[in-house]
Amino acid sequence: MAKVQGAVTIDTNRCKGCNLCAVACPADVLSLQPKEVNDRGYHYAYVVNPDACIGCSSCAMVCPDACIEVYRVVNKS
Amino acid sequence: MKPEEIIKPENKIYSRPRLLDDRNTHYCPGCSHGVVHRIIAELIDEMGLEDKAIGVAPVGCAVFAYNYIDVDWVEAAHGRAPAVATALSRLNPGHLVFSYQGDGDLSAIGTAETIHAANRGENIAIIFINNGIYGMTGGQMAPTTLLGMKTATTPYGRRADLNGYPLRISELLERLDGTCYITRQAVHTAAAVRKTKAAIRKAFENSVAGRGTSVVEIVSTCNSGWKMTPAQSNEWMAEHMFERYPLGDLKNI
Repeated sequence: MAKVQGAVTIDTNRCKGCNLCAVACPADVLSLQPKEVNDRGYHYAYVVNPDACIGCSSCAMVCPDACIEVYRVVNKS
Repeated sequence: MKPEEIIKPENKIYSRPRLLDDRNTHYCPGCSHGVVHRIIAELIDEMGLEDKAIGVAPVGCAVFAYNYIDVDWVEAAHGRAPAVATALSRLNPGHLVFSYQGDGDLSAIGTAETIHAANRGENIAIIFINNGIYGMTGGQMAPTTLLGMKTATTPYGRRADLNGYPLRISELLERLDGTCYITRQAVHTAAAVRKTKAAIRKAFENSVAGRGTSVVEIVSTCNSGWKMTPAQSNEWMAEHMFERYPLGDLKNI
């Protein structure tokens, strides 16, 4: 059975920390930095649980600042 | 596989649209404008209309739309975007002429221009962002504000006897013979974003093909004006706004 694995990269300096990606993620991959802030003072989103990502790109679809890139591989073995 | 093995150019399925300028938007965190800008940038690129697209920017939060999407833009006076778009589409037949307007721009000061442009059946696509509030000026009541909704100018909630009823402008435009496509969408979930993208694509196709006026109303949030977090305002919108502004196609011919 094919297993889909995904990964996301976040442009942390563009992120405004709105948390919509974390809410939209069905696999709880993303979260906001609890303490760290980016250059503009926002608690940016980061990948907290990379192994759970399924590459569905829901986070990228709802991101208002287009700062998420999505990658996906399908393991056919 | 480790994330480093997955993050390779050949596995990329989504990235920032090419036509979105490399600068940060001035919108508040979580604003729906950013999502709609991204959809428009993606669509113009996918449809190969980069050299044929002319946008008309409004007055309101989206006044700087011309700074964010890398196509030709004209900035219109407050509410006059459909009038400017009329001239552009008549002088440039076969081009994609679209206006991008908020509810204060389109349904308050620009009601006359909107209704007459739609009644004349101008070949333009109108993207209408309806968040029920004047966001840029500090959250005052708009014609689209819901009954009972608290704003800066209705601190005890909007009252029908004092402030009138929420204006459903898409229902008004639906009755006009010049319009060919009227739809109401939202961008609060990934599925809704995909539907909105399909709707805007259809509106753009109508504009290029000269079928008449298309209006895509996007029920949006204004988390700063509503005094909520972005996630809360999405929930509030789904709970309250959709009751008055139900999603779906109103007209499709």
